[in-house]
Parts: sequence; structure tokens; C-alpha cells
Amino acid sequence: MTSVKGMLIDLTMCIGCNQCQDACKKTNGLADGEEKQLSASAYTALSEYNGVYVRRMCQHCLEPTCVSVCPVGAFTKTAAGPVLYDENKCIGCRYCMQACPFQVPRYEWGSTHPRVQKCKFCESRLRVGQQPACAEICPSGATKFGDRDDLLKEAYARFAAEPGKYVNRVYGLEEVGGTSILYISGIPFENLGFNTKLQKAPMSLLTWNALEKVPSVFTVGGVLLYGIWWITNRRKELAQEAEQQGKERQ
Amino acid sequence: MNRILKMTLWAGVATILLSAGVIAAYLRFTMGLGATTNLSDTFPWGLWIGFDFLGVGIAAAGFTIVASVHLFHLHRFEPIVRPAILTAFVGYLLVILVLVIDLGRPEHFWHPLVMWNPHSVMFEITWCVICYTTVLSIEFLPVVLEKFRITTPMKILRIISTPLMIFGVIFSTLHQSSFGSLYLIVPGRLHELWYSPLLPVLFFISCIAAGLSMIIFESYLIERKTKRPLPHDVLSTLGKVVAVALAVYLVVRVQDMAGRGVFGDAFVWSYQSGFFLAEVAIGFLLPMILLMITPVRESRRGLFLCSILVILGFATNRMNTAITGMEKWPNQTYFPSFLEILIVLGIATLGFVAFYTISTYFPIFGTEEQHHAAKKSNPSLLWLDEIKSVSQP
Repeated sequence: MTSVKGMLIDLTMCIGCNQCQDACKKTNGLADGEEKQLSASAYTALSEYNGVYVRRMCQHCLEPTCVSVCPVGAFTKTAAGPVLYDENKCIGCRYCMQACPFQVPRYEWGSTHPRVQKCKFCESRLRVGQQPACAEICPSGATKFGDRDDLLKEAYARFAAEPGKYVNRVYGLEEVGGTSILYISGIPFENLGFNTKLQKAPMSLLTWNALEKVPSVFTVGGVLLYGIWWITNRRKELAQEAEQQGKERQ
Repeated sequence: MNRILKMTLWAGVATILLSAGVIAAYLRFTMGLGATTNLSDTFPWGLWIGFDFLGVGIAAAGFTIVASVHLFHLHRFEPIVRPAILTAFVGYLLVILVLVIDLGRPEHFWHPLVMWNPHSVMFEITWCVICYTTVLSIEFLPVVLEKFRITTPMKILRIISTPLMIFGVIFSTLHQSSFGSLYLIVPGRLHELWYSPLLPVLFFISCIAAGLSMIIFESYLIERKTKRPLPHDVLSTLGKVVAVALAVYLVVRVQDMAGRGVFGDAFVWSYQSGFFLAEVAIGFLLPMILLMITPVRESRRGLFLCSILVILGFATNRMNTAITGMEKWPNQTYFPSFLEILIVLGIATLGFVAFYTISTYFPIFGTEEQHHAAKKSNPSLLWLDEIKSVSQP
């Protein structure tokens, strides 16, 4: 089995040069121009918090919410790590955008045949043994590509090497079941726009609790309704018979 | 003459709203969602989703009344069966229309039928919409057959009717509750005054109250035009059932909120708590109290007003879940665009026109025999006859 790939984004090392976005746009054929927020033409974007740059992108969850909510299965999680989107299946219900705990998917609102847009983890580059364009170009080493397990070890090694430099937390380790993209930071994550209150279990369990009851609603509900119909129908027939006999007696 | 004028006025308003809706829909398809709506990446669902919840909710009488009469043999509700089925049928067709407009790729609407993902609530919803609309069209078929006096297919319908109705009840139960399930996956995003693990249950209970109220509401609207009212004692009993449904709803909702420790938030003044209090106090608590008072239930006007309150409260609840609860006041807000509103108004008008026209020409309120008898005894009962009789002095 191939190991799950990931990226370690070290916020203490990012210099805000924006080359990751440029390389991403070039690789994916997106419209040029610096963008400060994720959009249909920016799969990654840097936002600044008092001199600290935070690079946002799809987290490529280990158990992605988008994969679970999409009614047609347009999203898939590949064994290597990337979460991919198939525009030929998509019906455009936008439940993925509504449900994503990181609010990543963007929509081509201007188009009459809109697609959902988000980072593809350079899946086509990964397949030929290359690393994602953003990781390859990063001049400061803030984005590092590798096996997720190795990157986790690396994160803890950095914590140990420079005590006090980092907050003792790897964002993405356990959030919503873990994500392929991991962040480490010198400043508490809640001050950098990260949602730090996400549950540890995959989000899909929340809806599965309701969905798993559907077969029982069918069987129990069906039998119950038929049973009531049968009893009340018999009661009606008996009442009619009694009425009939009453008439005959007269 | 005055009545004809009034009729023309309403027909004029309906024509304007319908034409505006058609133009708005045309613009939406030619210019795309971004240019015509206020939907955005931060607010991908808006007014239209709220309208879907509303349309399906007021269609709920379709399954409750069919179950009561045909499965539980409560025959006193027999006169409401057809109005309820028609309401549900019209409601579902409108919702499908809104969905087609709302979906980014409406031409892919059928995909969930062949591309399965049973882990998705949206997948369940699509199946429920398609299956229950099919059931409704078969349940409505006898009305059409009776109108045109075709009897042969009735025999087949009679054989399949019981299992068909059971399927219908199950599909709509699942559908009503699954709208609540949609939001189970957004804890932290949907405001805790509306987010609850019990959302599917709450959506189901409230739709029963709203669906039955819709029947009361329609009955009085139709009565003013056609003079074929539903028996008042039956409507009064419906009022009682609505009161019970509202009471059960309030108990479950308050208990759930208290259990999660958020009930106090409702009384701390905020953007969200204002909407919450308006919803619960005016749309749930007030009609529940009113409907428990016998004189209110027995007065036509009282019952009519209560039905309006329940429908408004229900609409507010669904819109609050879809919009208010998802807003982050004052930074992230959403208000529908003019075109979004026009489309909703146009589609709602289409619903009223369809319901009114079908219930005028088809045996909905009363059977075909009663229909004819009424026509013979008083030729001016149908508005078309009315116009004819006026134009020939």
C-alpha cells in the first residue's frame, strides 16, 4: 500500500513571497494576478496576521467531508492523498461548499456551466513522481512535501530542536479525523484564523448517524403502516358486516 | 360586477408576477448565478434552499392525510384527501422547478439516480424527491380519470394503492426529516439556536403542523370562490391536531436546547436571538395557545388566522435555519438579490394559479357527481360560468 502523502507548512518559515500561488496558477492554468483569498482562480492564497503569513489551501482530509456529502460522488480521496473533483459528475448543489469544515471549495459563479474549484494536490505531478508545484518552488522551505507519517515526525523533531519556538500543536493531526496538510506555528492557531474547535472524529459521522437509520425506517415503518392498515381495515369490514346483518334482521 | 373587478385585479397581479419570474429565470440561465444572485463562496445556499424547505413542508399534508384516511381508516378526514394530495403534488413540482434553477448544472439533475453515494444526505433527498413525486402523480391520477370518466385503469390503481401509499408515507417522512439532516454536518457554522442533533426530528414534527395548516388556509381561500367548503368540524379537528403537533415540537425543541445548555442564549439580545424569539413566539407558541381555545377553533376566522400564523412561523423557522443561522452578523450576511426574490414570487404565484385552476376544473373539493350537481343547481358557481353569465346580460 502506498503511504499517504502530505505537506508540512511551517508558518514560522514563510516569508510571504507568494511564489507558491504563482507556481500553482501556472501549473493549473488559472488566471494570473496575486489574490489574497481563495477563489475559483486561486487554489492557494496567503493571508497576513501581524507579519505572519498563513497559506490556505485544501487540507486534503483523510476522511473528507466533501466526499461524504456529494450526492453523486464527484469527490474522491485517492490512496496517495489528493482529494479530487470530477466536474462531469457534479450537479452543482454546492453542498460541499456548505459542509467543508475548512470552507475551501470555491465556485465559478460567473460561468453558466460552473465548476467547483479547489487545490488538486497536483495529483498529475504526484503520479509521475514529482512534488506539488507549490512545495517545489518554496524558497524558504516553509512548505515541505513527503509521506504524512514522516512529516509528523519532522514536525515533532522541529518542536524538540527549538523549544519555545513553536506552539505544541500540529494542526491537521486530528482535526476532523486528520488531514494530509499539516501546519505548525509559533503563534496560537486561533489567532491566525484557524478553526481550532473542530471535532476529532470525521464530520461524516454526524450525518451517518441519521442516514444509517434509513433502512430501518423502511422496514419498521413499512411493516407498522401495513399492520395498522390491516387491523383498521378488518375492523371496518367487521363493522360493515354487522351493519349488513342488522339490516337483514329488520 | 365588483367581484369580476376583483378577479381581474388578482389575475393582473398574477400575470405580472409570473412574467417577472420567467424573465428573471431567463436571466439566471443566460448570465449565470453570480451575476443574478447574492450567493457567494461564503454563502452558497440562500433564499431558494429556504423556499425548497417551505414548499416541501407545506406539502406535508399529502402524506399525513393519506395515512390517516387510507391507512388508518379515519374516514372523517376523507373530504381533505384530494386537496391534500393536490397541495403536495403542486408543492413538489414547484420545489423541483426551484431546484432546477438553483442547481449549477441542472442538466445533471438525474445523476444521483445512477451515480450513488449513500453517505450523502443530498443523495437521499434527490431519491425522495423523485420517488415521492412519482407516488404523488399516481395518487393524483384518479382525479384526472374521474374527470374524464375513464374507469379501466382504476382497477389496477386499486390493487397497487395500499403498498403505493405506504411507500409514499415512508418517502415523505424521510424527505421531510432529511432536510434537517442536511445541517447535521455544519456544527459550529449553523448558530446553536438552530443547530441540533435532533434537527431531522424537529423538521418532521413541524412539517405536520405546517402541512395541516396549509389545508385549513386553502380551504378558506377556495371557499370564498367556489362555495364548496370543507366541513368546518373537520377543519376544527385539524386545528386540534396542529395544536398538539406544535406542543410536541416546542417540548422537544426547548428540552433539546436546555440539554445542550443554549436555552439561555435565546434571551440574550443578539441578531440571531431576535429572529429566534420572533419565530418561536409568534409562529409556534401563539398559534398553539390560540388553537387550544375552543371558541377560536370553532370560529372560521380564528382558525384561518391561526393557520396563517403557523405557516409564517414555519417559513421563518426554515429561513432562519437556511439563512439567519448561517450568517455571522455583521461581517458575513446575506440578503437575496432582486432576481432571486422575483423567481421565488413567480414560482409561488405559479403554485397558487395551478392549485386554483386545478381545484376549479377537477373534482378536488367534492367528487365529480357533487361537482355537477352543484353546477346544475347554480350555474354561477364556477368563475368562468360567472364571467359568461355577466357578459350575456
